[in-house]
Amino acid sequence: MEPIRITTPLTPEVARTLKSGDSVLISGVIYTGRDAAHKRLCQLLEEGKPLPIDVKNQIIYFVGPSPAKPGMAIGSAGPTTAYRMDAYSPALIEQGLTGMIGKGKRGPAVIDAMKKCGCVYFGAIGGAGALLSKCIKKAEVVAYEDLQSEAIRRLEVEDLPVTVIIDAEGRNLYEWGRADYLKTQE
Amino acid sequence: MREIDSKQITDVVARLCVDANRHLAPDVRECIEGCRACEPWPIAQNILDRIIENYNIADETEMAICQDTGLACVFLEIGQDVHVNGSIEDAVNEGVRRGYTDGFLRKSCVEEPLGARKNTLDNTPGMIYYDLVPGDQIKITVAPKGFGSENMSQIKMLKVSEGAEGVKNFVLKAVEEAGPNPCPPIIVGVGIGGTFDKAALIAKKALLRHTGEHNPVPYYADMEKELLEKINALGIGPQGFGGKTTALAVHIETMPTHIAGLPVAVNINCHVARHKTEVL
Repeated sequence: MEPIRITTPLTPEVARTLKSGDSVLISGVIYTGRDAAHKRLCQLLEEGKPLPIDVKNQIIYFVGPSPAKPGMAIGSAGPTTAYRMDAYSPALIEQGLTGMIGKGKRGPAVIDAMKKCGCVYFGAIGGAGALLSKCIKKAEVVAYEDLQSEAIRRLEVEDLPVTVIIDAEGRNLYEWGRADYLKTQE
Repeated sequence: MREIDSKQITDVVARLCVDANRHLAPDVRECIEGCRACEPWPIAQNILDRIIENYNIADETEMAICQDTGLACVFLEIGQDVHVNGSIEDAVNEGVRRGYTDGFLRKSCVEEPLGARKNTLDNTPGMIYYDLVPGDQIKITVAPKGFGSENMSQIKMLKVSEGAEGVKNFVLKAVEEAGPNPCPPIIVGVGIGGTFDKAALIAKKALLRHTGEHNPVPYYADMEKELLEKINALGIGPQGFGGKTTALAVHIETMPTHIAGLPVAVNINCHVARHKTEVL
């Protein structure tokens, strides 16, 4: 199956056309964020303060890259396990976040928010950080520099390969992919 | 009594931190490539191809295979007839500091588990494991451990009456609950016996074994084969997208235990199963 090419920003309308299992190549600007940055973003929302980045129609990549060697845009940059962001993702989805890139399971509150607002959970291959780094052409820290690898970075990506794990209808590749395989083994 | 300068320990640890994180060991590659050849499910084949491509890119570009370059687990087997000039602990930590800084590896260690969780900025302290052994050498193994897989590890004090079935069910439950989270295909380290803490220790040490090599005791070797078959019948597959290759290997280590006890620990490792060794 030919991959679907998308360019950010990602509107909820386009997000809703993506289906669980689709191979997608992402180009454009995306943002990084993991545990510590998510915690700070959600604290700001609770206090009614503005976020350092506008998440509307944006994609957040759950990644804490390794340091860039001289002449490189970034170091190794694969996804981190997404369930640790489950406590924070619904609030960001409510703010207009339309895509998340990670790996691993998500909880029901995240999936409910995704269905309600039109947001997609993409999977990048966990442990393939060297391969994925080749698609990242530029990286700059835009918030929380003190968090080191956990700082929020603005990434310019070209054809970043991901798979839709959970789509905006809540269909989940972790469930049906496994079931389809097991059917062939009966 | 042989004298070893602690600076030599630093040099070896620094070198091993970098080497382990950039160059996947041949035993793990062989196992992944063998599983790729036997994988019947197209999406799983594709992911295994990408995983192979990734470690080849890391080789060529001298880049970390995975961005989570882990906590630096350093295993020392120190010969009783060795005297080290200087602090061994300081020497290891200086090696970790140098390896992670000069090698462009991610610093993932925080000072305290609660509160500010401030990064130590140089990935120290290493998680150091000491064993005293006969002889006049020091064997140093660096096994950086990522936490996607570490977080999916489990331990339980089983009742003796639960026996081998109880152990097998606990291992399968841990793998099932982990699902896609620890970056399958995984290596499953199982520690049976000892005390609460020793079971976890030998489960971790099981991950250092040459991938796919079996326990020398036929009973446990058979249990490893049976568990691998059952895990790979779960259908989780590479990255959890479905398929045969959920685990690359199951390694069981055992030790004596109490008449009233059956501790079992499951330490899960991802496919970027890093371990490199040198002997001084």
